[in-house]
Amino acid sequence: MAAKQLVQIKVNGRLREATVEPRMLLVHFIRNFPGLTGTHVGCDTTHCGACTVVLDGKTVKSCTMFAVQADGRELMTVEGLMQDGKLHPLQQGFKEEHGLQCGFCTPGMLMSSYALLQKNPHPTEEEIRWGISGNLCRCTGYQNIVKAVQFAAGKMDQGGKDGQLPNIA
Amino acid sequence: MGNCRTSPEIGGMGHSIKRKEDLRFIQGKGNYVDDVQLPDMVYGHIVRSPYAHARLKGINTAEALKLPGVLAVITGEDLAKANLAWMPTLFFDKQMVLATGKVLFQSQEVAFVVAEDPYIAADAAELVEVDYEELPVLVDPHKALDPGAPLLREDREQKDNHIFHWEIGDRAATDKVFDDAEVKARVHAFFPRCHPAPLETCGCVADFNPATERLTIYLTSQAPHAHRTLFAIVGGIPEQNIRVISPDIGGGFGNKVPIYPGYVCAVVASLTLKRPVKWIETRSENLQSTGFARDYHMTAELAASKEGKIKAMRVKTLADHGAFNAAAQPTKFPAGLFSICTGAYDYPTAFCEVDGVYTNKAPGGIAYRCSFRVTEAAFLIERVVDVLALELKMDPVELRRKNFIAPDKFPYASPLGWSYDSGNYDAAMQVALDTIGYDSLRKEQAEKRARGELMGIGVSSFVEVVGAGPSHTFDIAGIKMFDSAEIRVHPTGKAICRMGTKSQGQGHETTYAQIVAEELGIPAADVTVEEGDTDTAPYGLGTYASRSTPVSGAATAMAARKIREKAKKIAAHLLECSEEDLEWEPGKFSVKGAPGKSKSIQDIAFAAYTNMPQGMEPGLEAVDYYDPPNLTFPFGTYICVVDIDKGTGEIKVRRFVAVDDCGNIINPMIVEGQIHGGLTEGLAIAFMQEISYDESGNVQGGTFMDYLIPTSMETPHWETGKTCTPSPHHPFGAKGVGESPNVGSPAAFVNAVVDALSHLGVKHIDMPIAPWKVWNILKEKGVVN
Repeated sequence: MAAKQLVQIKVNGRLREATVEPRMLLVHFIRNFPGLTGTHVGCDTTHCGACTVVLDGKTVKSCTMFAVQADGRELMTVEGLMQDGKLHPLQQGFKEEHGLQCGFCTPGMLMSSYALLQKNPHPTEEEIRWGISGNLCRCTGYQNIVKAVQFAAGKMDQGGKDGQLPNIA
Repeated sequence: MGNCRTSPEIGGMGHSIKRKEDLRFIQGKGNYVDDVQLPDMVYGHIVRSPYAHARLKGINTAEALKLPGVLAVITGEDLAKANLAWMPTLFFDKQMVLATGKVLFQSQEVAFVVAEDPYIAADAAELVEVDYEELPVLVDPHKALDPGAPLLREDREQKDNHIFHWEIGDRAATDKVFDDAEVKARVHAFFPRCHPAPLETCGCVADFNPATERLTIYLTSQAPHAHRTLFAIVGGIPEQNIRVISPDIGGGFGNKVPIYPGYVCAVVASLTLKRPVKWIETRSENLQSTGFARDYHMTAELAASKEGKIKAMRVKTLADHGAFNAAAQPTKFPAGLFSICTGAYDYPTAFCEVDGVYTNKAPGGIAYRCSFRVTEAAFLIERVVDVLALELKMDPVELRRKNFIAPDKFPYASPLGWSYDSGNYDAAMQVALDTIGYDSLRKEQAEKRARGELMGIGVSSFVEVVGAGPSHTFDIAGIKMFDSAEIRVHPTGKAICRMGTKSQGQGHETTYAQIVAEELGIPAADVTVEEGDTDTAPYGLGTYASRSTPVSGAATAMAARKIREKAKKIAAHLLECSEEDLEWEPGKFSVKGAPGKSKSIQDIAFAAYTNMPQGMEPGLEAVDYYDPPNLTFPFGTYICVVDIDKGTGEIKVRRFVAVDDCGNIINPMIVEGQIHGGLTEGLAIAFMQEISYDESGNVQGGTFMDYLIPTSMETPHWETGKTCTPSPHHPFGAKGVGESPNVGSPAAFVNAVVDALSHLGVKHIDMPIAPWKVWNILKEKGVVN
């Protein structure tokens, strides 16, 4: 077994470190050390996207990366979406448009949607569907998730004019 | 919201209020079983069989036990010493917890490794050496009863692979109608083995505390109370010492009704090691070993007159239950409520028989988003009606309308023994036809057909039977299928209620609060709903079979009405009048003719603790255990339009209209969300999902690589509509809805594809209808080269 290594990752703006086996998956690092259990595991083949986080501005499936690969990098999880005690427009959108049921896929969906809107603040329905196509949902049939992202895009558009557009971690 | 009795601020029935549970989920603050972290917790990992049928010659755990951090390796022989190597299933069979003697399906549980860390547990599982001697494998259920078939269950007295024969209806009378029939239709339809695959897999944390002698089990359970009782009975643990906590559940769809070997192993390990033991299955383990659904090989026939009047139905089915009959269904119903297969149509005669057999496949037969085999039944009747339409050269809509049970015939006694509570099938059909523009679609189809293009329209007019009890007929493992609600109104007029059910995404924290709001006028925002903790919630049978609203929802209304009765006495005391002088509107009692003289429910609640009438028991709370007088019968019409690419066989769902009638609706937003989700599951079943096995019994749909879940790209835009025919016997006229889209939609999808190809002589295609199947048909029919 390979020697343990020190891993330092800035998670939601705060430096987190632990000495872990090189084989430890990033998702387990996130869930165990900062104890951020919003990032979920739903499969073992990188299909479901429940573990999606944003790493240096790009979405990754944290079950398919080792924690050591994220050493020295910045990542954002669902717990980092809320700013100054206020729900992110995406979080508001998921609630307003009934974009969730059991809630298990929701954190990953939120992170994929977040990265999408960072890149493309005014996505079409097709672009939203493409943007969340790496995230499986068993409950909603996606239709209300699309509406939730549209809701957020509209809100963030208004916010952006006031300079309120949330920044990444 | 035009018909709501309460204001939006109160948020009773009919208001699309936003879900109360969402706030924690959108912040990543849900509390699922895998999120439970306890001090000193250790981790379990299951060693599974690579073979479908093999003699177990020996298990060597020495190398695994040498690995630092490994605490125990439990085998079937160890469990046998505690008489726990086998456990009862929920349907008159038993199932191996850990294998002894032999294994009967690939991925069967063979040993349970416990270690300080989940990675070490997985490593140690690799080091457990198991010596197998392969045995002949039985995969095809049609060969299960052949004289030379390998005997799978040597543990049974009965020395063949037959589990049960069940029949209902009048065989002789039905045969007679068929002998004399002018027109007959026949279809052989296989409903493939599929899996509910909730996004959260199954798992538990078993925590035995030696100081208190209490065992707490955090469990992915749709039925926490029943599971507590079964743990008590099977494990011999005093029931008061068991607390089952079903925290947030990441989808269930029937998958989380049975008790699985991993749960039992974790409990045994915790009792042995006196430490909390977490066991969470992987996705592959979930698909390969926990409760599958369907796997029904069905033959249906209809007899009819030349004019298209249905006279009788005859059904013969072979049910593949895998290695153990682990169906989770009421004990009097070996084939579940499959006898709803006569559908929405009015004819007096039917006969239905089902034979269950064992094969070397994972055990199950659970009700995947369906009230026990109702999906198979609805698919079958809606498929064979379309075949009859082809035989008669009649439009499938016209044929259905000609045979619908008329609205004035309810309650309707079906030929196989159900009493349908209410229905207006033609009304739902009409809304669906109008919404989709049926006539112009048929015109378009004719034009396209003339040009050689393939387009199809599929109709499904399903009827469900949901909401079990009544208790005189329905029980799970002997426990009657009532359900419960307890409401406590606090002095300040806020309330907490607890139920015997358990939400897995259905939104109970919102909808039950709305029932209380409707009945008591306490704003839904002021009502906390808690489920899933057997120490605090009243006993109930849980959430599946669309029974939460029909049974626990009814209990909630009845408990609220008990509170209202007491509130009335308190109001009379406060207003110094007699109870007869009072009238109720949501939220307050007023003196008749003197509307200014009133007391709000909040005033009354405060008085219940501070100023009750002399001699009255203090407090304002009630419990109700509701035993429904009948089941409820939701229905609807779904219409699907598909376009087929001749070059590739690819099917595009162009439109899908779902018109549902689930009686009175609590929260239209939530109902619509349920329909969207269920239709997406139906789409997957119709077009992309099957757990099949190769001839050696290797599972072919054991990961999300092979068992496909539709993404946002494959999922079409759903259109919904409704009619409202209240249930006459339910306290607020509701029927239940969560399962309708999964029950009703597969037939609509398949009927649409068959309709697109019917002019080529195609009458049926088995699900999943993958493009290659369509392309093969097109090739065979000479449409493509």
